[in-house]
Amino acid sequence: MLLIACPWCGPRDQTEYTFVGDGTVRRPADSLGAGETEWLDWVFIRDNPRGPHKEIWQHASGCRRFLLVTRDTLTMRIERVESAVGAAVPGGRAQGAAA
Amino acid sequence: MTPPVDLAASHGAGASLAPRDAEPATHAAAHQPFRLARGGMVDRSRPLTFRFDGALLSGLAGDSLASALLANGVRLVGRSFKYHRPRGVLTAGSEEPNALVGLRRGARFEPNTRATVAELFEGLDAVSQHCWPSLGFDLGALNALLAPLIPAGFYYKTFMGPRGTGTGPWMFFERFIRRAAGLGRAPDAWPDPDAYDQRSIHVDVLVVGAGPAGLAAALAAGRAGARVLLADEQSALGGALLRDRATIDGRPADAWVAAAASELARMADVTVLPRTTVFGYYDHNFLSAVERVADHLPEPEPHRPRQRLWQIRAQQVVLATGAVERPIVFADNDRPGVMLASAARTYVNRYAVAPGCRAVVFGGHDDEYRTSAALAAAGITVAAVIDPRAAVGPGAAHARAGGSEILAGHVVTRALGGAGGVRAVEVTARAGGAPRRIDCDLVCMAGGWTPVVHLQSQSGPKPVWDQALAAFVPGAARQAERSAGAARGQIARSACLADGLAAGAAAAQAAGFGDGRAPTAPSVVESEDAPFEPIWHVPSRGGGKRFVDFQDDVTAEDVALAEREGFRSVEHLKRYTTLGMGTDQGKTANVNGLAIMAELRKLPIPGVGTTTFRPPYTPVTWGALAGREVGLHFNPIRRTAIHDWHVANGAPLQTAGLWLRPRWYVRRRNGRPETWQEASQREAVQVRNGVGICDVSTLGKIELQGPDVIELLNRVYCNGFSTLAVGKARYGLMLREDGLVLDDGTVARLAEDRIFLTTTTANAIKVMQHLEYYLQVVWPELRVQATSVTEQWTAIAVSGPQSRALLARLADADVGDASLPHMGVIHARVAGVPARIFRISFTGERAFEVNVPSDRGLHVWEALMAAGKDMDIMPYGLEAMGTMRIEKGHPAGAELDGRTTPDDLGMGRLVSTKKEFVGRRGLERPGLKDPARQKLVGLMPADRQSRLRGGMQVVADRKVGPPNETLGHTTSSAMSPTLGHPVALALVSGGLARRGERLWAVSPVTGMEVEVEVTAPCFVDPEGRRLHG
Ligand SMILES: [Zn+2]
Repeated sequence: MLLIACPWCGPRDQTEYTFVGDGTVRRPADSLGAGETEWLDWVFIRDNPRGPHKEIWQHASGCRRFLLVTRDTLTMRIERVESAVGAAVPGGRAQGAAA
Repeated sequence: MTPPVDLAASHGAGASLAPRDAEPATHAAAHQPFRLARGGMVDRSRPLTFRFDGALLSGLAGDSLASALLANGVRLVGRSFKYHRPRGVLTAGSEEPNALVGLRRGARFEPNTRATVAELFEGLDAVSQHCWPSLGFDLGALNALLAPLIPAGFYYKTFMGPRGTGTGPWMFFERFIRRAAGLGRAPDAWPDPDAYDQRSIHVDVLVVGAGPAGLAAALAAGRAGARVLLADEQSALGGALLRDRATIDGRPADAWVAAAASELARMADVTVLPRTTVFGYYDHNFLSAVERVADHLPEPEPHRPRQRLWQIRAQQVVLATGAVERPIVFADNDRPGVMLASAARTYVNRYAVAPGCRAVVFGGHDDEYRTSAALAAAGITVAAVIDPRAAVGPGAAHARAGGSEILAGHVVTRALGGAGGVRAVEVTARAGGAPRRIDCDLVCMAGGWTPVVHLQSQSGPKPVWDQALAAFVPGAARQAERSAGAARGQIARSACLADGLAAGAAAAQAAGFGDGRAPTAPSVVESEDAPFEPIWHVPSRGGGKRFVDFQDDVTAEDVALAEREGFRSVEHLKRYTTLGMGTDQGKTANVNGLAIMAELRKLPIPGVGTTTFRPPYTPVTWGALAGREVGLHFNPIRRTAIHDWHVANGAPLQTAGLWLRPRWYVRRRNGRPETWQEASQREAVQVRNGVGICDVSTLGKIELQGPDVIELLNRVYCNGFSTLAVGKARYGLMLREDGLVLDDGTVARLAEDRIFLTTTTANAIKVMQHLEYYLQVVWPELRVQATSVTEQWTAIAVSGPQSRALLARLADADVGDASLPHMGVIHARVAGVPARIFRISFTGERAFEVNVPSDRGLHVWEALMAAGKDMDIMPYGLEAMGTMRIEKGHPAGAELDGRTTPDDLGMGRLVSTKKEFVGRRGLERPGLKDPARQKLVGLMPADRQSRLRGGMQVVADRKVGPPNETLGHTTSSAMSPTLGHPVALALVSGGLARRGERLWAVSPVTGMEVEVEVTAPCFVDPEGRRLHG
């Protein structure tokens, strides 16, 4: 069972969290004007990397914050946990909330 | 019942072999002819009686079931899984593949228990397995005669029919094969009367195994000040020290163990758990263990659990799990009386039991000489030590002095005997020559050691091959763990102790305690072993079966067959032969199987690969895993504030997620209780003609606050909200990014910056998470706060033509059309309670939804019931509500199935083209615009009376097929009280373009075939006049 260190609540068992999805995808700012590839990348296309991967988890049984978790899919090591505020905003992350 | 245990028959050979005067110690204890007169850790002052297959036997406190059986001369303990070969006790530990028994009776019956780890208690009732009709005479043994016909892969090859024939021979034979196969049997009574507990614990250092290395590690870590948990599967601490009479620091090993245990007991932060198996090593140093609190008692003490599951989060883990001795693969090595050398020493030294009278010891490891010495010291004749090594080391001298014959450069080629067990061995020089027969009733195999790397492997790494040890040892650590002692190949006792101390000190330091320096290791006098020469298998001289995996009846010949047929990698070998697939996970079998495959493929052993070990290390009961979460405690139960009233008024309940909801309210009619159809029809008719109330508190409720609430609504709903005025509500349809419907509900604007919305009961959590996700991750610029308020409000639907009149009696505000028009919202007091009144309708009648704080919900409900008495007010349940919404064609769960678009549901006109929203781009996908998509329609039986049900296939003609092209399926059905006949909603290709067509609704499963007419989905009041009626 993973131990995820919520920046707000501290290290908590995986059972308190809900896995949300890939933390690397961005929602096109103009969904109607976006190109087909850009659109499909947001809705359907997901990588399945072997090694470090950014994922979004929600601390559902805690502070309900969405967290950007960098997890190694091979070793299960969690390298980084940070706020996921703005993580799907195009052009990189918007200003994240501080811990 | 005749006891199948007949000492004369089952052990006659052994008894006659040894002259009585040569073994005065052996036959001393009354009724236990093989109990040694002295020694052991058994309590001779506490005799116990027990039953095995009905026979009354006796043992001593401290015995395992296996040692007690051996003390009584019972060598035949069960039959094997495939060939039903007679089997005895192979080991003295949890690795046992053979001696599987059923324990206890009735609801406490537990199959597949290893007799080697089951502690004896007064009145223990054990039965053998895989025998029918009895252990002594077993019809399944006929399989053994057919054995040449049952090679590995037999089932696959013989019974699997070629594709396309529909019925392979397997279909016919399966029931016979299944009856004969399988391990053990399930209890014939239930439920399990015992309780199982669970505990979570955080520790600095977890030490697994309390042998010399584990005890040393726990001492070192404990002395450094760490919080330590030491767990061991056995009832007594000491591990391998329980097996051999050793001297540590000049005193007997058991004195050292006792001193260590007492020092640990004095440390406040050290917990020692005997009878506790750590069975799983998961991510981030999370481990699971099961403590057998009461398995050694006839039944648990009052208010105590049978077992306890420990969930452990450890900063550091020391794996001191020891090593398992390997058997040697030779012909008929499975005969009762053939056992591991370490097991024989355990029975002699720990249990004071002679596992035989006349022994032959065989192996390429100096443990064979330690074994012969231990047996001789107990008065057991050691006929010969068979050493495959050409030159024997100094260890042989002692055995020779004891009168044993040493046959260097020889191997045991076959065990001879009958169902009662081994009577002799056939010994052959490796150089060749005629075999020689040596009489014996005990064969001890010293095949070398396999470190127990299971938990370490579960933690991530693959084990690596150590050529000098001829064994797999732990791979490089992936988690915060280290192995110590025999678990990493340090077999010698002195090495185990020093290694354990070092590991414990290092683990404590890594967890922040001490300087990492190991305490001084105690001194142990040990002779150095001659080099070990593994002997993986002895070629057959013809005849006999050479078992590799005893539990799964896999032989060396099966491994060779797998090789010939191309199943050569270890994972293929396992699956083709079932090697290592038993409940013992091949603890004694895997390495021998790999070595044989490697030899056949002319590869080094690691070239064949290693198996992956998975939890659990040993079988774990469902009871321990379930703990207290059984029955009503399996899931939390959500009850509305009015729940008790529903139950008191005759409502059966239906689960909706975790909620319990009333289905209908049973009244008496003509002196009997109503049927569910009568009750729900009565309720629906009352709502259509008068007034009824329904508890809709389970709907999800979310409040949004902030200046950007309208912008958020516009982005998450497909319909527009810019014109939603304060004091008004609107239907909202929410899509996913791919354009399919996620959920629907009503959205009310309570203030400029304040929204109250509802979701379906089923999707409340999903919608909340959806909103939070977009607010935090996608649109952090929106200034909106979302809060779930589902449980803060009781929601009561007041529905029917008389609903306004009823509400007017209790509300302190005007609820007429002028002040509260359709889709209006007001604040008022209802029955004295501050309330929000929404003028919304799910039934199609004039209706209100009254929301009051939950703690006042029952009060308002009862006030409504009282105030409406003269109107014949009735509560209505889920069934009547569903009936009325089907009459109105409102989509609900069965239609919102994650595959429908707004247009599919007849709500295409709702979709705004003036704004961007989640799902709009998705709706552009060509597949969602296909006119042949299945869309919502109504269906009526052509004869206006045949029943319809959900899940029927809609087809053009019932007579075609199968296969018959499906046009869609019915989603919901009801008996319409308004129309007086059944109706259904359906998703049908082409949708309303088929209006007026005659189709068939069929259910091949139930045989129903109903001709139906396609109609609009709204069957009642399509103009919506009744909303204002
Ligand atoms: Zn948190």
